[in-house]
Amino acid sequence: MNSVSPKRTVLELTVNNHPGVMSHVVGLFSRRAFNVEGILCLPVGNGDISRIWLLVDEDGRLPQMIRQIEKLYDVKSILRRQENDGLFDRLEELFTSPNDVSQKEPQ
Amino acid sequence: MSATEILTGAEVVVRLLERQGIRVIAGIPGSANLPLYDALGHSTQIRHVLPRHEQGAGFIAQGMARASGQPAVCFATSGPGTTNLLTAIADAKLDSIPVVAITGQVSRSLIGTDAFQEVDTYGMSLPITKHNFLVNSAADLLKILPEAFRIAVSGRPGPVLVDIPRDVQLEKVDVATWPEPGKADALPAVDDALLQTAARMIAEARRPVLYLGGGVIHSGAAETARAFAEQGGLPTVTTLMALGALPVEHPLSLGMLGMHGAPCANMAMDESDLLIVVGARFDDRATGKLAEFCPQARIIHIDIDPAELNKLRASHIAISGDVETVLRRLQAQLKPQDRPDWLSHIRQLKTDWPLRLPGADDPRTHYGLVRAVAACLDDNAILATDVGQHQMWAAQAYPHHKPRRWLTSGGLGTMGFGLPTALGAALAEPDNTVVCFSGDGSLLMNIQELVTAAQENVNLKIVLMNNAALGLVHQQQTMFYGARRFASLFTHVPDFVALARACGIRAIDLDTADDPRAALAEAIKQRGPCLIHCSIDVQQLVCPIVPPGAANREMIGA
Ligand SMILES: Cc1ncc(C[n+]2csc(CCOP(=O)(O)OP(=O)(O)O)c2C)c(N)n1
Ligand SMILES: [Mg+2]
Repeated sequence: MNSVSPKRTVLELTVNNHPGVMSHVVGLFSRRAFNVEGILCLPVGNGDISRIWLLVDEDGRLPQMIRQIEKLYDVKSILRRQENDGLFDRLEELFTSPNDVSQKEPQ
Repeated sequence: MSATEILTGAEVVVRLLERQGIRVIAGIPGSANLPLYDALGHSTQIRHVLPRHEQGAGFIAQGMARASGQPAVCFATSGPGTTNLLTAIADAKLDSIPVVAITGQVSRSLIGTDAFQEVDTYGMSLPITKHNFLVNSAADLLKILPEAFRIAVSGRPGPVLVDIPRDVQLEKVDVATWPEPGKADALPAVDDALLQTAARMIAEARRPVLYLGGGVIHSGAAETARAFAEQGGLPTVTTLMALGALPVEHPLSLGMLGMHGAPCANMAMDESDLLIVVGARFDDRATGKLAEFCPQARIIHIDIDPAELNKLRASHIAISGDVETVLRRLQAQLKPQDRPDWLSHIRQLKTDWPLRLPGADDPRTHYGLVRAVAACLDDNAILATDVGQHQMWAAQAYPHHKPRRWLTSGGLGTMGFGLPTALGAALAEPDNTVVCFSGDGSLLMNIQELVTAAQENVNLKIVLMNNAALGLVHQQQTMFYGARRFASLFTHVPDFVALARACGIRAIDLDTADDPRAALAEAIKQRGPCLIHCSIDVQQLVCPIVPPGAANREMIGA
């Protein structure tokens, strides 16, 4: 991540694992014009539960976002991770730069 | 243990609704919810009310829920049935009303194929519900339906939508035991230390004001709030949603705050050094320019929804909890206070900055009509409104006395709310009188429900303030758009009296009545639905008004 970007933080959510959950979570952000920079999501245990990592900017609105997330029915818990073990940085290497991506055919 | 029953998903839904205590459901059938209707047709406990538009069904459910405080149910089919319902659901979300909407969806195998009457109900309802479900199997209904009711009534109430594919409604399921009906969660514990600090702040404050919001109504805290105000010697303002929480004649009542509030309420808040905010959320129509709202005041904020605390205004003490519980426990810590200086200043503010109601004695003027209607009603009558000038005039001039008797669309401000919501309230309290103040613009947005009113023969009086205009828009253009009045005057106005009669309800015209007061009294006294028409001068404004973006002390027309 380059040095000019604002300070980022990772929100770790434990959620019920079903098709609507991701919409509920990201909908809270999009409705408030709050960008999510990175998302990781995997089932844990027997698959009833998933864990989501959201990489977001440290922003004055973040405490309000967290309180809104806490209200979501499918969210079991949320915590703010101080560090993310460099995981998002390492993932960045796996992602090809936008120039390498073949362009979508015009519709 | 009772024997296992084999039932369809639709039958399970109807049984669960019966067990939940639901006795009236408003809705419209279509192919995706016909199995539900087939099952509902066999119910001896639930009466179905057939409105003429799904938005009507949604607002009928709201009217029942707002008047009773209990969750209410509406039905719609997939696609257009559901999209028609959405406005009423969004309205319930913004005003925290417990409605459970049950929608039909295309069969599971067709979801995502652009099937006939398929829309993404889950996606569309997501941001306007407290929670929503897409049901995957008939067995899941046994868990989801009670859960839907629990969510709707727990904590801060709100609408829940349950989308049920047609084949799930038809799917057979073995039911060995029935789940408990969904009910509200236990109230959260309250932090004692916070209560003590809050009590100390109130004791030390010199110019405290109590600011009551809709949460006071929802938590049944009106009595408690009154006792609390009396104990603490607290002048009290209410939001539009909290009208009725404190009787307007109460010596501590300053009336409604905000954009069209009582000038004395806004002035007292401007001087206040401590604001006790209870079940309110600093809505911009209430606060005006937020940075200049109660500039000297420290804030104690009490709300059941922790996300409301510190959302718009930082508070010095934030207490999350049921407002009735918190007020009761806070009162126990308060010594009685008379605050002679502050309360005598408040009396002076009421004299110097009264809410003016010109024409209040003339039943053919806007304020006078509201007063004349009030004179025909007892304290228990229910008042619903549409949205516009008439709504604000009714808010200002009606002598609000009791909670849950004032049903208005506060958060969403939905024209068309009035008639079907009033109808729902009348269904919930068939022996009561329900009055709906409406405007000529708003009434036409759900006019089809006049037929439903006739069909149900509800004791509902629609008082139509006809200014042949979208009056509130006309007012904004007059005041803030250089008097360029565009698209706010109607060139065509229906004959509302004839229209009501054509729909099967009585109608009278106060314009031509020899004795309007007598005509009004007679129309209200006679049971059954009735439209009461009265022309209103389009030049009349809602005053005072805080201009958009201004501080509440900068009222025009105060
Ligand atoms: C569904 C909807 N559309 C538009 C508006 C914007 N609006 C607010 S008040 C108003 C005029 C209402 O006219 P009427 O019902 O005749 O009431 P009046 O102000 O004339 O008393 C309009 C168009 C709204 N609140 N709701
Ligand atoms: Mg009008």
